[in-house]
Amino acid sequence: MSFLTLYGRTVVPGIVEGEALVSHEPISGWGGIDPARGVIIEPRHELAGVCFTGKILVFPSAKGSSGWSGFFQTTRLSGTAPIGMVIGRISAKSALGAVVTRVPAVTDLGQDPCAVIANGDWVRIDNGKVEVTKR
Amino acid sequence: MFLTDDERRMRDGAEGAAVAAAMDLLIRYGQALDAERLCDVRNVAGTMTQPSPVKARLVREGGWNKAFAVINLDSDEDLEIPGMGVPTCQLQHGFGADALGVVPYPKQNIELQASAESFYGRHGVNILATCTPYQVGNLPVRGEHCAWMESSAVIYANSVLGARTNCEGTASTGAASLTGKIPCWGNHRDENRKGTHLVDVRVRVESFQDWGMLGYFAGQVSGEDRPVVTGDISRPDLTELKHFGAAAATSGGVELYHIPGITPEAATLEAAFRGRKPPAPAVYGPAERRAVYETLNEIGSATDVDFVLLGCPHASVDQIRRTAVALDGKRLSAGTELWLMAPRALKDVADRSGYTAAIERAGGRVLADSCPAMSRAAPSGTRVFATDSAKQAHYLPAILGIEAWFGTLEECVEAAVTGRWNGGLR
Repeated sequence: MSFLTLYGRTVVPGIVEGEALVSHEPISGWGGIDPARGVIIEPRHELAGVCFTGKILVFPSAKGSSGWSGFFQTTRLSGTAPIGMVIGRISAKSALGAVVTRVPAVTDLGQDPCAVIANGDWVRIDNGKVEVTKR
Repeated sequence: MFLTDDERRMRDGAEGAAVAAAMDLLIRYGQALDAERLCDVRNVAGTMTQPSPVKARLVREGGWNKAFAVINLDSDEDLEIPGMGVPTCQLQHGFGADALGVVPYPKQNIELQASAESFYGRHGVNILATCTPYQVGNLPVRGEHCAWMESSAVIYANSVLGARTNCEGTASTGAASLTGKIPCWGNHRDENRKGTHLVDVRVRVESFQDWGMLGYFAGQVSGEDRPVVTGDISRPDLTELKHFGAAAATSGGVELYHIPGITPEAATLEAAFRGRKPPAPAVYGPAERRAVYETLNEIGSATDVDFVLLGCPHASVDQIRRTAVALDGKRLSAGTELWLMAPRALKDVADRSGYTAAIERAGGRVLADSCPAMSRAAPSGTRVFATDSAKQAHYLPAILGIEAWFGTLEECVEAAVTGRWNGGLR
């Protein structure tokens, strides 16, 4: 097992740990996820059909419609939300999305989180710090 | 984040619990963005009335006060929602009662939305019910700070009007509507409005279709950044820039672009880049044009078209008139439907001008308030649709699981009349 610690900026404060689900492509909210099931549904997306419920979602950025935050808020209201977010490049969509999903979230990590974190790695977010235990 | 005395008072409850909850959300959001402060807005475009299963449940549990608190303020408190603090409009939402019997859309959604319109109308929300508020009386002025949702409206407001808004969401616009505040971040700040990418057009762009394809290309090459477009282009009108922007916001995440000599913050190429040296251009020539066309048509294989969709973003009066002219004296194929989406205020103009009647005589429909993507509703049994909108050609196949053809308005009308797709890049 190897360890890695990244330091970034807190988007939503809090501490959480869990398994990483890593997307190398930006994620769409409206038209990109099914909030009732917590599943990515965009055809041709590398994670199409994959469920993010209970995972720490690691992704480069939010794309698409301004419905992004509303869709992730609905995952919280439906009990299908991710438990944390590690965001490559912040935007209004993903910042508000993390806030209304109400899960610990972090960005500006100095390294590309989607390159150094892999699916299944164990990730602990502690406000602006991200500790990664490689699988 | 710095707060003024007035903002602290709101946060601490001086204007009531709902305003305090709104300020709490704006503070959490501003901190998430690392914003230095908030700015004042007097123009909010958001969404409150659009039906959804979660909203229906919240209304059953606690009425519209609860739905607004949970969804539009992200609050778990039991709140009494006051009147809007600043001018606020509802963007596109679900279909209304006039769509009954035309659009396969649940009657309970129509009823839920009618109840929402009544509640929010009493609270001062202008029910514009369109993705193009700038076509029907909400026309921000240059430099005006706004809090708008709807990516195609945001890019129009920033780029064509020179107003300043980020691509906001349901909760941030809800909070802004009560407080008149939004984080002063991103597009609100001068330093984030200069061009980042240069698109050099080397193939003549002057039609509505070509402006949409150029927008799709500009989004592909600049992602979430800010393209500057120069070269062999005509002087565009509202309809063409509406299509260009919607496409650029769809293929990338563009919220602001400049066209030197045309859009207001770029009198010249130098002004578009604020005096910095322009980067190496991305060339849009015949090969790039063909590649965009093929991308937008890659989902189409069957040539039997059973649905034609026009008016995305919502049609201008000129688009409605041109559709009426193209359909004059014709009749739709028995197996094909044609819907044209428009703002309700402009449908009124089309009704008075006789355009709606001309489209209906041919068997087509002019519909208001919504669209098939927002409402997940197309004619029953649709397998293949055709559209003149790059944005709908991009989204609708994924949302409804159908095939798409992208072409000109005339090709779409011909497909509706013959029931067959016969389009091609010319």
